[in-house]
Amino acid sequence: MSDALDVLDQVGKWKASGKGVAVATVITTWGSSPRPVGSQLGVDETGAMVGSVSGGCIEGAVVKEALASIADGKPRLLDFGVTDEQAWDVGLACGGKVQVFVEKVN
Amino acid sequence: MKSETVAALQDARTKRRAVTLATRLSDAAETLVYLDKAEGALANDAALLSAARRAMEIGRSETVDLGGEKIFLNVYVPPARLIIVGAVHIAQSLAPMATMLDFDVTVVDPRGAWATGSRFPGVKVMQEWADDAFETMGLDVSTAVVTLTHDPKLDDPALEAALRSDVFYVGALGSRRTHAKRKERLAEAGITEEQFARIHGPVGLNIGAKSPAEIAVSILGQIVEARARRIEAMAGPKVVAA
Repeated sequence: MSDALDVLDQVGKWKASGKGVAVATVITTWGSSPRPVGSQLGVDETGAMVGSVSGGCIEGAVVKEALASIADGKPRLLDFGVTDEQAWDVGLACGGKVQVFVEKVN
Repeated sequence: MKSETVAALQDARTKRRAVTLATRLSDAAETLVYLDKAEGALANDAALLSAARRAMEIGRSETVDLGGEKIFLNVYVPPARLIIVGAVHIAQSLAPMATMLDFDVTVVDPRGAWATGSRFPGVKVMQEWADDAFETMGLDVSTAVVTLTHDPKLDDPALEAALRSDVFYVGALGSRRTHAKRKERLAEAGITEEQFARIHGPVGLNIGAKSPAEIAVSILGQIVEARARRIEAMAGPKVVAA
């Protein structure tokens, strides 16, 4: 849980330096998933990352949504998993499912 | 997420206070729930407060459905603490490894030549007797204590204090023979058989560890296991009840 706080440390620093920042959080998991509920990924406006929400399988897609959230200020709820349309592109190799909440830091 | 929320979470960590951040997923409205107070949009929602405090108790983040609204409860509990008694060679491996595993590590040793910051970069070092240091720090359920000095006059007071507290792990370096002698001494100091049985001694998982670093791995493996079992034990019945 403290690793989530290390993410927030970096998020705080980015924010303080005037950058647009978003935070993605794993809010639900089903089956086998690489990172537990509460895991966080911080993203700045340049696409720089801190932390993780998976073993690397969905970070690319999450960063894309995070940048969109920084741009329009709206939160997003993302589903990833084997039954998802996106599974072919960014599915979890482990066969699990995760739900990720992405929000801009205001 | 508000910048103020980020700051509040960081502040809670510094003060070793547990806090849950409740986020309403429909609009990202936030409420910070502490054990004794709540701040934010839903701070007066009794159902939310009780769900948040329950999540905090078992230390598990989750999404709940409250009155048709999905609320994500993100639990931030202070990191588990590891107190290493004895600034010895094994401690020099154990301290950085435990830090990597997110433990809040403190090394305690009254001997000035051992308890130096240069031997333990980036780790808190207290040059004090363990029982005095424990009093300052306050032993709690999220603390593990391991004694490594091999010297009864340094280890025994630490073990005595640890066994009289509710720390989740107590380990003591030393052979079976040393451990048997330790049992006699602590019995004289009033430690009961049941209390003594809480000590993991000889310390560490039996993985054939030889070098200081290997012994550190075996100790850390045992501590991680003890912590996981404790969380399982706490979470288990509550989930069934819910």
